[in-house]
Amino acid sequence: MSAVSVENISKKYDKVTALQKISFEADAGEIFGIIGPDGAGKTTLFRILTTLLLADEGSASVDGKDVVKDYKEIRREIGYMPGRFSLYQDLTVEENLEFFATIFNTTIEENYHLIEDIYKQIEPFKKRRAGKLSGGMKQKLALCCALIHKPTVLFLDEPTTGVDPVSRKEFWDMLKKLKEQNISILVSTPYMDEASLCDRIAFIQNGRFLKIDTPSGIISQFGEKLWAVEGNDMYKLLLDLRNNGHVKSSFTFGDNIHITVDDSLTIEELKKYLTDTGHTNIEVHPIVPTIEDCFMQITENKENERNSN
Amino acid sequence: MKQFLAFVKKEFYHIFRDTRTMLILLGMPIVQIILFGFAITTEVKDSRFAVYDLSKDAVTQQIIQKLQSNNYFTLVEDINSPDRIEELMKAGKVSMVVIFDADFEADLLHIGEASVQLIVDATDPNQATTMTNYATSIITEYGQETAALTNTRFLINPQTRMLYNPQMEGAYNFVPGVMGLILMLICAMMTSIAIVREKERGSMEVLLASPVRPLFIIIAKAVPYFILSVVNLITILLLSYFVLKVPIAGSLILIFSESFLFILVALLLGLLISNLVQTQVAAMLISGMALMMPTMLLSGMMFPIESMPAVLQWISSIMPARWYIEMIRKLMIQGVDGIYVMKEFAILTAMILVLLGVCLKTFKNRLE
Amino acid sequence: MNEIVIKTNNLTKKFGNFTAVDNITFEVDKGEIFGFLGANGAGKTTAMRMLCGLSHPTSGSGEVAGFDISKDQEKIKANIGYMSQKFSLYDDLTVGENMRLFGGIYGMKKSDIKTKTDRILNELGFSAEKNTLVRELPLGWKQKLAFSVSIFHSPKIVFLDEPTGGVDPITRRQFWEMIYEAVNDDITVFVTTHYMDEAEYCDRVSIMVDGRIEALDTPKELKRQTNSQNMDEVFQKFARTATRSAD
Repeated sequence: MSAVSVENISKKYDKVTALQKISFEADAGEIFGIIGPDGAGKTTLFRILTTLLLADEGSASVDGKDVVKDYKEIRREIGYMPGRFSLYQDLTVEENLEFFATIFNTTIEENYHLIEDIYKQIEPFKKRRAGKLSGGMKQKLALCCALIHKPTVLFLDEPTTGVDPVSRKEFWDMLKKLKEQNISILVSTPYMDEASLCDRIAFIQNGRFLKIDTPSGIISQFGEKLWAVEGNDMYKLLLDLRNNGHVKSSFTFGDNIHITVDDSLTIEELKKYLTDTGHTNIEVHPIVPTIEDCFMQITENKENERNSN
Repeated sequence: MKQFLAFVKKEFYHIFRDTRTMLILLGMPIVQIILFGFAITTEVKDSRFAVYDLSKDAVTQQIIQKLQSNNYFTLVEDINSPDRIEELMKAGKVSMVVIFDADFEADLLHIGEASVQLIVDATDPNQATTMTNYATSIITEYGQETAALTNTRFLINPQTRMLYNPQMEGAYNFVPGVMGLILMLICAMMTSIAIVREKERGSMEVLLASPVRPLFIIIAKAVPYFILSVVNLITILLLSYFVLKVPIAGSLILIFSESFLFILVALLLGLLISNLVQTQVAAMLISGMALMMPTMLLSGMMFPIESMPAVLQWISSIMPARWYIEMIRKLMIQGVDGIYVMKEFAILTAMILVLLGVCLKTFKNRLE
Repeated sequence: MNEIVIKTNNLTKKFGNFTAVDNITFEVDKGEIFGFLGANGAGKTTAMRMLCGLSHPTSGSGEVAGFDISKDQEKIKANIGYMSQKFSLYDDLTVGENMRLFGGIYGMKKSDIKTKTDRILNELGFSAEKNTLVRELPLGWKQKLAFSVSIFHSPKIVFLDEPTGGVDPITRRQFWEMIYEAVNDDITVFVTTHYMDEAEYCDRVSIMVDGRIEALDTPKELKRQTNSQNMDEVFQKFARTATRSAD
């Protein structure tokens, strides 16, 4: 059975369309990532699936249960970690965990094995108020609280936003372990580099899903020649690349620039062009696209489609 | 049940860890009552009075002498016409006039009984009461002494008439008023803020997505404030009884049970507010503007309802505090039986039913 | 010889027993993009507040745009721009009103504000949105606009506190192109970010760990020193040595 099944869900707030005909299935036991920038509609989708909002149109079910009709059962079974840190800042770590265990009709001991790895990291601070924890630790505590009743499906809305790269990495390691415990995970993130850690991902922008596939599937469908270009003056390099008629798109990527080019251009020709425009230490080599390349390609195509319409 | 208790426990943690709010909540009634106690003067000194003596005999002279020799009272005028009474009172020259009937001594000697009339300016009801008490005791004391001396039945009957404020509105009324205000504040305002805070901080989202029944959440949030209200209620009663010497004439059981009724109204109002708004600031503003202000101004706590314009009287009749204050005033100060507050009781009960209906109607199981 | 626009000497900030910023000493050259990295709670925000003249150092000294950070705080404020992810523009004012407000705050002439507003909106392609409330703009637009406003009064230095959090990848890159343009106009950029690819766009990068600056060099050199493929690895290697965890 699918962990989450969504069919043609739409949602509007006044004039703003938050979600437009979203459909997808997340299989049991997989990490399904919803990748997109802030304001794309991720939180609305999560709230509909966690029975907190009603969709205007369409239907959805979690673990086979309808989000409207069977909302009470769903609330018993899921774990939800909203985007904002939602624990009680004036309660201690331990009190927070105990409270959430009790309201889910369980005890910390009963499912301790599930949170043990995570909780051990924050246990030294269990007498500390949650408000005094660092961002990464708050995140861990929130995850413990969402897990304490052994949910079948875990909903994590932007769990790593604003968290430093080290804590983010730790967080994803924890998710992988949870997956082994057979918990289905639906997670959203604006960080493209986290997409490759999911089993399957959906790109979302402006309330629409642009693509759903495995990360490798999405990468294999890139379908264009992608090169990385390096040089000394990056900004000028970017401007000169854009002036070349064969370069279709150019985006900075850390210390190099990723460009897509039409088939007629060769690496040698590009190097010559850049040398002629005054660049030194040029390096050009073909690369395998990253998820971020794919996201940008897809969103840009959508943008062009809309503009030509 | 375990869930419920966990909730209540958590709520108490919130309250106890917010020391400032807790001090305000528990300290406010004390401060209000004590301020009130100082603001009203119970001390009577050198109160000026006039005498209208129609008898002018030995006994009346002796009584006037007694009143005068006391440092509570100063005689300023011996008047000869009833019109002069009003004149002096209006000009504020005296605050009490003692009137002896004609043939005072004769009555006393032959019938063994005579009346003396005390007319008191009751604009300051507290002062008036104290004054009357002193004067009465001086006069009766004289009667008793003389009776003991002459070994006859000798009864002087002081009759008091309050001018300007015959019902003595004001002084003790403040206590029921403070009770109404404090209970409203804690139950309605604090409960609504506490619930809305969870919405604002985002924890409501997690709670709603959990198996706890949302109504449970709300009730659990109200319990600590209910308990706090009861603590405050007891504090107020103790302080007013022992510090302000306000008599508690009626039955305590009745006072408490009617207070619970009012607390319920206030809690429902708080819940209603929390259903309607999304931010703590909004909750505070609404409960402040729509509950506290009218409670203070229109419930009869500060200004007598009878002297309000008709429109305001109408508005005041939808203020729960008005009926509560009236009820407590009757029960506590006048000491009437439960049967005399049936009307107020019925109105508050009706308010509970209406509010309950509206609350259930506006209550949301989801975020919108 | 490059002009130095930020200079600190053993800058320290203590809150009670807690040393948030611990003896940091560094310099930033004019026209540089300086990346100021660190884990949550490493002391970045506290350090940045001192540099912007919002908080007094406990000990040590610093100069920003030629002014002493403990004495001339008001002068510093007039010479810097600031933008953060948390607050950038007033949501309930229109685009045009925001620009008028911030231009006014920095004492610009009315006529200058008007011409500059029109020019900037034109460049951003937002001309049609001049009378739109800021809250109705998509996040990416808002952040780009906020950056334009933060350099509206041509400050010497602009401080950017996680300016691109949650912004989509294309807009994020457009944002960085705006940063490059600002640098072309001789503005120095001091930026914090959690995106490590953005750290690569900086001329030099410092990494704060437990209140101290543990690394400071060009991204290339840092990668070479730590034998890393990218800045993410560099960051992980330094930040993992952190011992404290308070925010």
